[in-house]
Amino acid sequence: MTSSNNYLLDIQGMTKSFPGVLANDGVDLQIKPGEVHALLGENGAGKSTLVKMIYGILKPDHGTIRIKGTPVTIDDPAKARELGIAMVFQHFSLFESLNVVENIALGIHADSDLKSLAKEVVELSERYGLPLDPNRHVYTLSVGERQRIEILRCLLQKPQLLVMDEPTSVLTPQEVQKLFMTLNRLAEEGLSILYISHKLDEIKALCHRATILRMGKKVATVTVSEQSTTSLANMMMGEAFTESSKTRNRQIGEVRLRVNDLNTQATDATGISLKDINIEVRAGEIVGIAGVAGNGQDELLKALNGEESNTDASSVLIEDRQAGKLGPNDRRRAGLASVPEKRLGHGAIPDMDLIDNAFMTGYQRMGLLIRGIINYRKTRSFAQQVINDYGVKTSSSTVSAESLSGGNLQKFIIGRELTQQPDILVVSQPTWGVDAGATQTIRQALRDLAEQGAAVLIISQDLDELMDITDRIGAICGGRVSSFYPTESVTIDQVGLLMAGVDLEAGAEHAS
Amino acid sequence: MEMIGPALLTIITAATPLLFAALGEMVTEKSGVLNLGVEGMMIMGAILGFVAVHFTDSVTVALLVSILAGSAMAALFGLLVLKFHASQVPTGLALTIFGIGLSALIGQSMVGIAYDGLPKLSLPVLSSLPFIGDVFFRHDILVYLSLIMVFVIYYFLNKTRAGLILRAVGDSHDAAHAMGYPVVKIRFLAILFGGGMAGLGGAYLSLAYSPLWVEQMTAGRGWIALALVVFASWRPGRVLLGAYLFGGITILQLHAQALGIGVPSQVMSMLPYLATIIVLVIISSDPGKIRLNAPASLGRPFHPSR
Repeated sequence: MTSSNNYLLDIQGMTKSFPGVLANDGVDLQIKPGEVHALLGENGAGKSTLVKMIYGILKPDHGTIRIKGTPVTIDDPAKARELGIAMVFQHFSLFESLNVVENIALGIHADSDLKSLAKEVVELSERYGLPLDPNRHVYTLSVGERQRIEILRCLLQKPQLLVMDEPTSVLTPQEVQKLFMTLNRLAEEGLSILYISHKLDEIKALCHRATILRMGKKVATVTVSEQSTTSLANMMMGEAFTESSKTRNRQIGEVRLRVNDLNTQATDATGISLKDINIEVRAGEIVGIAGVAGNGQDELLKALNGEESNTDASSVLIEDRQAGKLGPNDRRRAGLASVPEKRLGHGAIPDMDLIDNAFMTGYQRMGLLIRGIINYRKTRSFAQQVINDYGVKTSSSTVSAESLSGGNLQKFIIGRELTQQPDILVVSQPTWGVDAGATQTIRQALRDLAEQGAAVLIISQDLDELMDITDRIGAICGGRVSSFYPTESVTIDQVGLLMAGVDLEAGAEHAS
Repeated sequence: MEMIGPALLTIITAATPLLFAALGEMVTEKSGVLNLGVEGMMIMGAILGFVAVHFTDSVTVALLVSILAGSAMAALFGLLVLKFHASQVPTGLALTIFGIGLSALIGQSMVGIAYDGLPKLSLPVLSSLPFIGDVFFRHDILVYLSLIMVFVIYYFLNKTRAGLILRAVGDSHDAAHAMGYPVVKIRFLAILFGGGMAGLGGAYLSLAYSPLWVEQMTAGRGWIALALVVFASWRPGRVLLGAYLFGGITILQLHAQALGIGVPSQVMSMLPYLATIIVLVIISSDPGKIRLNAPASLGRPFHPSR
């Protein structure tokens, strides 16, 4: 038997309960020095809870943490940092108007002069292949570059353990490759990495060992090279995991939404101009547009749903009707519904209750307005119908939209649009930050809608999602939309190229 | 030449109260708090400073009392806004109205009493320079202090860690909170500082600019100071520039009247605000500039639970 001294981090019997939920139930986790260790599990399996206890954000009910054999209590993140634990969060806490060095200085709680810190940042960034100009302001940086700030901030503290919470959810496949090279390099130098993810391919590619959690309990700790993706999935999902059935008995029909050479001008310096966009979506078809955030997704959604109307009426055709100059209400009446990426403040009004929010987009097609007066009873039953049909967990329809969890609100918003039976649905990031159960519900609802003969256009940064549910796929990059290819004919890497704005000459032959 | 010397002198005295109040408000706003009560804090500084000098005859005591008066008003604002989450805009407006009323009440018996004005400090050697010495180096202590504060605040905001933290709090209070910085405490201190500076600006009016007490003697200078902060796009050097520019316009308006130039004085008093609107339009046309300097969390309430 090896003594526990061989482990950098040795956690035994971690238990944490929240009202009504046992988030962690006697979880063990051991990490060796220089190891990339995966923490694998579905959303809600208890990964975040465990990590928050390691980083001192949450206090465990029971359980011991040893670092190099010495028992420790981690009361707060400062203590964790003192013990050599650093963490890169999924959502970065950065200051947009400050520059890179200033952001890093704020994160390392020590008075150091900015000039020498900038030098250190440049050295570290070159050494680990994380190119970053220390004097750039954060608001000018891409998501990938912002992540580098967080990583550098951690590395400057010379940690022994680096915790990364779903770091690739916002990166292109190419950026992911770069990140993995950096992480491998760090591990070779003896840094331990705890890598949290539910993406099996990544874990296969990067990690040495994996600890799998399910419903708050540890399922197993395995050596990754001895496992197949399927066996990992089985452990993660519980009952025998079946590849999601892609039976498509949908009739592809007429073109319902056609975008012809759509051009827009960016409204401000940080916006993106759309250039020569051509898309067609047929009845019964789900078309996906991949892309890294900030490449024109918001602008495209607004150009399609009418929030930004165009000067060229023929740029957007809804069922062969020229709709380019129409505003959102007219387009909705014509049959085009949309779900924006941002739920609070765009898809729903935070302070208003669900009934009012249901009314906001549903009044035309559901006939909720009679000569300027709201038919409140009908509106309430419409809201209630959405809540029932889409399994929105809420105490009533009179709670404010912001009191719902992200997943529940998304189910409500998508349900509200689908209940109106649109002919065309444009949806952005349908399952962003939504738990596994709600993701299933939402994807199924989108499939069902297409099956009923609607045309569905999904703009998403989640490649796995697009590969899973779309019939054809393309990508948006710098305001241009690529050609579209049948989803089964392209690989993730090829879509990655499309996302980077590369033309797929080889892919085009497949497509025809 | 005979005209220019006195004119420059009066521009400096007209600019100094604006400079104090605007610098203080700028620091407050950099922490993410919009305090519209500048006028109220100024006038409380003006009356209490005047009362103090009347009863104690000590300039030092008077200035300290002015600072305290402004800070006390600011503390009230900070308490309402930070502790009780009152909305910043109406609370600031209320503070101004409250200050004007309270100062009038306190100052009832002070009307008509005169004071000699702050003693002038002649800087050795420099003040004996011809012309320049008279114009720039024979002022009271507050003029020098206001200019020193420009550098102090510039250095504090841009070169010290505390200043960096203050800017960070104003940029994203959520991120600052997540990193363990005491957002409320930092903001409260920034509000107090803003109040103290406004109090000094008020004291300058009642002790130096026109050394006596008149009801509502701030006459909208608090609002000009607020406009000045935006005009300067939250940068100390530009606050200095703006204060002297606005001060200059005020004096120009007096001289224009004296010379019988036919521009209505009302038009002249509009100029600072007009200039601010123009600058606002110019900086709004480039969102990058706003993002760089304007505190992103300005006016947004902070609820640490979220």
